[in-house]
Amino acid sequence: MTSMPKPFIDKHLPKNKLGLSVRNYEGVMSTLCAGCGHDSVTAALVQAFWELDLAPESAAKVSGIGCSSKTTAYFMGQSHGINCVHGRMPSVATGANAVNGKLHYIGISGDGDSLSIGFGQFAHAIRRNLNMLYVLENNGVYGLTKGQFSASADYGSKSKKGVPNEQTPIDPCVQALTLGAGFVARAFSGDKSQLVPLIKAGLMHKGFALIDVISPCVTFNDHAGSTKSYAHTYKYYHPLVHTDFVAHAEEITGEYADDGAMRVTMHDGGELLLRKTDSDYDPRDRAQAIETLMLGGSDGEIRTGLLYLNEDMADMHAANRLPDAPLNTLSYDQLNPGSGALAALQKRYR
Amino acid sequence: MQPTDTRDPDYFHKVVDCQWACPAHTPVPEYIRLIAQGDFTGAYLVNRRSNVFPGILGRVCDRPCEPACRRGRVEEEPVAICRLKRVAADHRDEVSHLLPQKPDKTNGKKIALIGAGPASLTVANDLAPLGYECTIFEAHHRPGGLMIANIPAFRLPEEVLDEEIGYILNMGVELKLNSRVESLRALMEGGYDAVFVGSGAPKGKDLDIEGRQEADANIHIGIDWLESVAFEHIDKIGKRVLIIGVGNTAMDCCRTSLRLGADDVKVMARKPRQFFKASPWELEDAEDENVEIVVNHSPKRFVVENGKLVGMEFELMEYELDDDGNITETRKAGTKVIPCDDVILAIGQENAFPWIERDLGIEFDKWGVPVVDETTHQSTLPGVFFGGDSAFGPKNIIWAVEHGHQAAISIHKHCQDEAITERMPRGVNLQSAKMGVNEWMYSNAYTGAHRRDMPLVELKQRLSNRKTEVELGFDAERIATEVQRCLNCDVQTVFEAPLCKECDACLDICPVDCLSILPNGEEEALRQGMKVPAANKEQALYVSEPLKDTGRVMVKDENLCLHCGLCAERCPTAAWDMQDADIFIPHVDNEAGKVAAE
Repeated sequence: MTSMPKPFIDKHLPKNKLGLSVRNYEGVMSTLCAGCGHDSVTAALVQAFWELDLAPESAAKVSGIGCSSKTTAYFMGQSHGINCVHGRMPSVATGANAVNGKLHYIGISGDGDSLSIGFGQFAHAIRRNLNMLYVLENNGVYGLTKGQFSASADYGSKSKKGVPNEQTPIDPCVQALTLGAGFVARAFSGDKSQLVPLIKAGLMHKGFALIDVISPCVTFNDHAGSTKSYAHTYKYYHPLVHTDFVAHAEEITGEYADDGAMRVTMHDGGELLLRKTDSDYDPRDRAQAIETLMLGGSDGEIRTGLLYLNEDMADMHAANRLPDAPLNTLSYDQLNPGSGALAALQKRYR
Repeated sequence: MQPTDTRDPDYFHKVVDCQWACPAHTPVPEYIRLIAQGDFTGAYLVNRRSNVFPGILGRVCDRPCEPACRRGRVEEEPVAICRLKRVAADHRDEVSHLLPQKPDKTNGKKIALIGAGPASLTVANDLAPLGYECTIFEAHHRPGGLMIANIPAFRLPEEVLDEEIGYILNMGVELKLNSRVESLRALMEGGYDAVFVGSGAPKGKDLDIEGRQEADANIHIGIDWLESVAFEHIDKIGKRVLIIGVGNTAMDCCRTSLRLGADDVKVMARKPRQFFKASPWELEDAEDENVEIVVNHSPKRFVVENGKLVGMEFELMEYELDDDGNITETRKAGTKVIPCDDVILAIGQENAFPWIERDLGIEFDKWGVPVVDETTHQSTLPGVFFGGDSAFGPKNIIWAVEHGHQAAISIHKHCQDEAITERMPRGVNLQSAKMGVNEWMYSNAYTGAHRRDMPLVELKQRLSNRKTEVELGFDAERIATEVQRCLNCDVQTVFEAPLCKECDACLDICPVDCLSILPNGEEEALRQGMKVPAANKEQALYVSEPLKDTGRVMVKDENLCLHCGLCAERCPTAAWDMQDADIFIPHVDNEAGKVAAE
């Protein structure tokens, strides 16, 4: 961490459509270790929200426990949010989403919060297709308790003291694919040119959007022998698909027009342009995505990008026929239809 | 781009915008830190080594440092550098025992210095402690040159002037007053080893238009008139005064007029405001005293009735400007007579050398200006040197001081039979400012405080006495706030590429987004590729060696860096470090080996 908050200076910065500079999307001073990947993910979130011209108060940040879960404090100090029980963030997000589907939900979690104590919650949020962006800051260790291997640590990856991990890892992207997620991506905190567009796309995706971000723990898992260090990730980093998000379809001209990019219209507006960097990878093919992740690991390459996308799935709100309007905007009559209605409802269960 | 060579002494020097802009390269952030620590004497001495006259310059410097100040780009206004210089001078303890002393014995070399202005005084200041026998010839009965004759006492009190000149004279410098040099040949026959001409640019320009002769009694040449006021030959002026010209001399003339009985003073400018030569703060000070500044009036004739000046006729000018603000077309749209009792001409000045015989071997150009080497200050006659306004025309005090420093080096080398062109290079000495985890040798916190204003004597009181100093100096609150506005640009961000792990931490924390990690390329590509494009091409890009994991380079745009050290605090490997850059500017004592390179 630093000795002081970042000074607020933005006269040199461009303003977005709301008249805000990127500085207006920042939060309080980070207390994470200097060099933590999570701070870069924070910066990417700030950049993405600013670029999307989303008002900070249109977002709700939810998180559980862990280094990763602290980061919700470090961006968009003007938005809604809750830092809740370890591993239970998806439940809280579900409740919030049920009463107000209009907000942009961003869950920030880590490999411990999501893949150990909260593994069941994680799975069921995907099953429900909760409309949220779920950012999993994945560093392979429990940083807050001094560096024990987490459930995402690769087999054979060495601890700071040189002891190899002898358990097989949980791959959150594979899990999400098998559970039916409609938006699955992997990214790296060191590459914002990939991460920022993915965050924008995830926010605009209607349904559960997972971005598993390799976000190195600079203190406990950034040594030689670690498979989640900066050096290892840079060495084996392999984007399969490059994603660009364009806010309005009519803006797609010139360089985007005819370069063979796959265009996907997003539910909440805007369009995704997907360019293959590998000749035969198709991010609409769930089986190929699973195969690529499960079998592709033998060469050590870390395959990143938007691995799978399906814009045609109903999210929780739609599946449960919940009202579009936030409950706090409904009239008393609508919220409380009266004792007659209650009696009629109860009669159905007798 | 090639990796930046930070061993080049000019690279980090340029980052310290104020020090780079100062002709004498005063280490501004260093003395501001000393003030912040309450070491006013130390701050004074740091100043004095570079600019010799901190008390004087703390009031009347032309302040090239302030427009250059990074703070002006980051926030709205630059640090009040000049005001802080005065703070050091006002609050210092006795310093005479800390200054270079008169040597026990001289080295037998005799130096004649013509004119007791800032240039000659600086030469004497530098050479006398080394044993040179310096004799200054001054035409007037007091030393100081334009500092006493042309700068009004309400801006520069005589005591301040006398004290700082006294420090130099106390080093064993001989001052001959009332000794106008009428012949350089005669002077040189006195057996001097070197002659320094620091006689200034004492000839004010005249305006030869209709009515000039008839109205002569009420038309005054600005610098001559100011001198007559300073030496108390003139103590009044008419009620309505027009000042022709809009440079700093004009500002002194109009404000002095108000103190000699005028109550309707207009400064007449031929062009619009953006073309004014006067410093913005001098314009403000004049307008604050209700001087009216009238633009687009070009003098046509003096209006004389019954042999007496009654007004002046002006042509009303109209200008067409292009997008860059240059005048593309000039039109005259009629004339106008403005009544007045006196006119003061402040339209420029020239150097004049009627006392230098043209057959001595000193070459003059077609404008009658001596041919002087810009580095050595030597004329075409070896052993005769020029500095201050007499060398390259009117500049200002701080330039005169720098000329004096450079001429002193040349004179020393000339007297020691060394090549005057072989001069010590500048240097840079870097020392880590790290004291512990997130602790630095300087206060790296950023304050958003705005520039403090100078408190002034109330208007009526200041106009009642020509010698009442208008500016009161900073009080404790102003000092404490203003010193923290300095960004410590001399504490440099220094990058060690082999240590970087490309975690982006520095990029994310930088409050002005001046860092990027990019694939290397041409300068323009890097400038455009930055997180915030580096548009100010006067400010360098700091480009690293290739980084080990990706081969990309770390690029820093020096333009807006706050030197807050957050990049270094956030860096997990100390690839970024904050290092105090001491810029070594050689003076003659370094050349003479008496003081080792600092």
